[in-house]
Amino acid sequence: MVSAVLLLLLIAAVVIGPFIWRVSISDIDVVAGMQGPSVAHPFGTDDLGQDLLARMIYGGRISLAVGLAAMLVSVFVGTLIGALAGMSRGPLGYALMWLTDLFLSLPQLPLLLMLIYLFRDGLKAMFGPEGGIFILIVLVIGGLRWMPVARLVRAQFLSLREKEFVEAARALGASPVRQVVRHILPNALGPVIIAGTIDVAAAIIAESTLSFLGLGFPPDTPTWGRILYDAKDFLDIGPHWALFPGGAIFIAVVAINFIGDGLRDALDARKVI
Amino acid sequence: MSQYILRRLMIAIPSLLGISVVLFVVLALAPGDPFSELATNPNVPPEVQAALRTKFGLDDPIYLRYLHWLAAMAQGDWGFSFVSRINVDTLILQRLPTTLYVIGSAQLLALLIAIPVGVYAATRPYSLFDQLANTFAFIGFSLPTFFTGILFILVFSVKLDWLPFVYTDVPGSGIPWLLEMIRQAIMPVMVLGLFQAASMTRFVRSAMLDVIRLDYVTAARAKGLGQAKVIVKHVMRNAMIPVVTLIALQMPAVFGGAIVTEQIFRIPGIGSLLISSILANDTPVVMAVTFVFACLVVLFNLIADVLYGWLDPRISFR
Amino acid sequence: MFDNNLRGMIDDVRDGRMDRRAFVKRMIAVGLTAPLANQILAIGGVAMAQSPNPYKPTKRGGGGPLKLLWWQGPTLLNPHFATGTKDQDGSRIFYEPLASWDVDGHLNPILAAEIPSIQNGGLAADAKSVVWKLKPGVKWHDGKPFSADDVVFTWEYASDPATAAVSSATYAGMTVEKVDDLAVRIKFKDPTPFWANAFVGAYGCIIPKHLFAEFKGGKSREASTNLKPVGTGPYKFIEFKPGDLIRGEINQDYHMANRPYFDTIEMKGGGDAVSAARAVIQTGEYDFAWNIQVEDEVLLRLEKGGKGKTLYAVGGDIEFIAINFTDPNTEVDGERSSMKTKHPILSDPRVRQALALLVDRESIKKVIYGRAGRATANYLNGPEEFVSKNTKWEFSVEKASALLEEAGWKAGSDGIREKDGKKLKLLYQTSINGPRQKTQAIVKQACQKAGIDVELKSVVASVFFSSDVANPDTYSHFYADIEMFQIPMTQPDPALHMRRYHSRNVATKENKWQGPNFPRWVNKDFDAAVDAADTETDPIKRADLYIKCNDLMWQDTVMIPVMHRLAVEACSNTVRPALSGWANQTDNLQDWYRET
Repeated sequence: MVSAVLLLLLIAAVVIGPFIWRVSISDIDVVAGMQGPSVAHPFGTDDLGQDLLARMIYGGRISLAVGLAAMLVSVFVGTLIGALAGMSRGPLGYALMWLTDLFLSLPQLPLLLMLIYLFRDGLKAMFGPEGGIFILIVLVIGGLRWMPVARLVRAQFLSLREKEFVEAARALGASPVRQVVRHILPNALGPVIIAGTIDVAAAIIAESTLSFLGLGFPPDTPTWGRILYDAKDFLDIGPHWALFPGGAIFIAVVAINFIGDGLRDALDARKVI
Repeated sequence: MSQYILRRLMIAIPSLLGISVVLFVVLALAPGDPFSELATNPNVPPEVQAALRTKFGLDDPIYLRYLHWLAAMAQGDWGFSFVSRINVDTLILQRLPTTLYVIGSAQLLALLIAIPVGVYAATRPYSLFDQLANTFAFIGFSLPTFFTGILFILVFSVKLDWLPFVYTDVPGSGIPWLLEMIRQAIMPVMVLGLFQAASMTRFVRSAMLDVIRLDYVTAARAKGLGQAKVIVKHVMRNAMIPVVTLIALQMPAVFGGAIVTEQIFRIPGIGSLLISSILANDTPVVMAVTFVFACLVVLFNLIADVLYGWLDPRISFR
Repeated sequence: MFDNNLRGMIDDVRDGRMDRRAFVKRMIAVGLTAPLANQILAIGGVAMAQSPNPYKPTKRGGGGPLKLLWWQGPTLLNPHFATGTKDQDGSRIFYEPLASWDVDGHLNPILAAEIPSIQNGGLAADAKSVVWKLKPGVKWHDGKPFSADDVVFTWEYASDPATAAVSSATYAGMTVEKVDDLAVRIKFKDPTPFWANAFVGAYGCIIPKHLFAEFKGGKSREASTNLKPVGTGPYKFIEFKPGDLIRGEINQDYHMANRPYFDTIEMKGGGDAVSAARAVIQTGEYDFAWNIQVEDEVLLRLEKGGKGKTLYAVGGDIEFIAINFTDPNTEVDGERSSMKTKHPILSDPRVRQALALLVDRESIKKVIYGRAGRATANYLNGPEEFVSKNTKWEFSVEKASALLEEAGWKAGSDGIREKDGKKLKLLYQTSINGPRQKTQAIVKQACQKAGIDVELKSVVASVFFSSDVANPDTYSHFYADIEMFQIPMTQPDPALHMRRYHSRNVATKENKWQGPNFPRWVNKDFDAAVDAADTETDPIKRADLYIKCNDLMWQDTVMIPVMHRLAVEACSNTVRPALSGWANQTDNLQDWYRET
């Protein structure tokens, strides 16, 4: 419960925040650079003198949206492919595992550069600059992180599908879909939830590296990952700069994790023989 | 079982070929070229840059380049680096020992932390120990290695002056050499190991919890078996399936290196070779490293599948 | 300029009526650098002086190890394959040119016995040939003698297209012949006022004929010496791991007295600039780190009570914003930014001037470059002889706004200016690099205040600077309105630097975007001045022509110079390196020592 409240608070802060804290995210004030928290700048300023609270709020919208959406993509794709591969006893299983191996071995950097090169202009034209980039980022991050989930789910399925309770369901004439949805999947969710929480953090960080490739949002857009990255070389001069984005990512991870745990308890599927 | 393994290995050959085609196409389509450093040098007119491209065959059609690569590869020729103009296998072999040592140690450290901590935390869910372990795990994977690496350097090298942060070849031999090798590996191994351990702990704990609450475990306890024996014999074996999956996913990285950590500590591993080759569009090197990596991915996933069958004999492979 | 006056002074020096040091001082007083003053004297028929030697050690060796940190490690050790400066730096530990640019910017003989001049018969008055005399008794690291054959071979090797040498252009347009065992003559096809390019500096390194003779042309890659260099330099090769490590040991047979000072040398590669600075300045793990492009604030902090400091060397590297004169958004015959179009917004000089007024060089210098930058209005910033005094820059949002008003761009409802229903919106691209993204942010903010909407774009450096014909994101395609990067000056002469913008060099689809004139700027007067300067042998008239070129670029606002950049290195408090803004960091390695 506490965690859901925490996450809602975080979301509320970044959604309503700009209406309360009306400081520009990009106003440069060289003289006021690298200041610690004060009344004028509750989170302090970065080296260009930009207000960190405003940047954290603005960046939080992007980071949370990207983190959650990319996590959902990777978990959904991973679970789907893992489940299909785990249930299949024929060539489909091999084909899907080949796909997983392929994605695991692809070098991500050249792949990203290729994607930018091929699709950036097209997506921009279709969804506008911001929307297009958001979709691209979510698909890219999600699309490159589903493989561990798929392999975990498949491994669980291989074991679970031979368990007595599934056999019982099968003997009772349950369709494969019913076997999966009612009996196998809920028992395979443990690792999926853990992977989901890890993916949120990873996606928030990954987003910041994407903008270094020219794939992410324009370089002047603050996001949590980006702020953390910018702050790293100033760690001994202005630790506050890194503290806030680092803390925010941590809070988001904790909140999402507890929500995941709650979700599993709600679906409670224990009592397997 | 051996027949199954044999068949899987047979399938591996075409599937690796397929992967190599995709890898090659991605690398060939990825923009950039190996000579971009020349671009702004007034001493080197653009024609020189263009002539080098042509000379190294970068302007040939992709399928021709792939066939050249495949034909050479079949004869054991890995090609040569455009940037260093030396053979790719020499480059990789130079980097391999360091990667195996540093990244391997980090993975081992991750396992040595994650398995005991995860198991112990799962046996006492929501105890103080469990809470602490979870909090550290969340911090661990919330903070990227580029950040923790610098934090470690500031604390242990700059403030305390205990450890060096530039990983380099230590001349000499014997015990002092060995100690120095260990000393300079401490920080990178810790940074990477703890990061891996954080997520691994969560997986181990969750896998254990999934099994520990099951009826047969309660039954085993009821039969009067000791706690430790129950945990090890009944719970762990069944909880190992996700853990084995994860380890199999991680193992290829022992060859592939860890790009960020290697960069921070200047470890001459395969990860830093890969990233500098990618940034320089040194396709032969990138292709070789990723292809070996792909072979290891396929191999370890096969090993994982075999281990599933051993851990849970009911899993059947046909 | 001060044409006659200067000519008189040169004569005075030649005839001994004026001390050459007094001449150099006067030249510096009117804004020349020492190297230029000396070059002027050389062409004017006065031999170059060597700078007073600050080298203190009185015996060879005994200095222990020298540990260098290059955050991009050298990837190869053949100087003629060296793609980046890192490779040149690494090769230069083992190989040597005939001469290099020293600390004060003089041409300092290395393998040459003396610097060619008109007096010693080295320079021809028509600037069409040079004779280099070689130092006797120099030995390669394997004990074989060094001779004129090696020099001639180096030219053959580098100029052979099949060798695929990166230095090929340096050796084009000339023939090199052996005069005797210790002298070679370079014959230029055209009068070449700047004769000190071949066999000088990084691409001037001489390679041993006896080891490379079989590997000239198509087999160049197979030479085992590519990986195990055998040169004449102060340190002998021990070990090389591409991108990671170079190790060398003292050359006991080195051809200069009491040199080198250090017993071993290590050049470690990899990592990033900030941590390299830490390893030298804060922890002292290393003696010297190269190319520390780090925010000045971070450096100042590190230097407080540290074990090292930063050093700055002045050259002519310029960071600038280039303006596109063609339309990047209209495609003509499969090509954007085509010469058949005109930029809809930026072809108006008032808009270009307004943009120049919106670059806040002071803030950029303060937060980003600090001591490593000098604000400038000139594209050509060195050597001093070529630096224009006729230009100025200022930062003023008000003046920029006024200019835009005048040009018919009126503020719209959202604060963005518009004209004929078109928004004043510009795409500003650059390569990915921390300081550049910060500069973009600062410029963008000023533009917004003046009612210009700026969209920022950054491209990975390996793509931005590639010659990939198919990729639209390269600087030479210039599919953006304005773009920013740096062009270095690799030697103290502006010829190559300025020839770029000749109208025959415009980058187009037809020449596969290989034309170096990426702004696609066409100006008859500029063309005429560059053409004249290319063959002008009178150094004073030549300098005037280049100043004219610079001023034309300024008047037309082709480039908005952002920062004249200095080379920044981190160095231990005890090591005394010999650095020059006109040379590679390791170019005068033989003169490095440690103060004890």
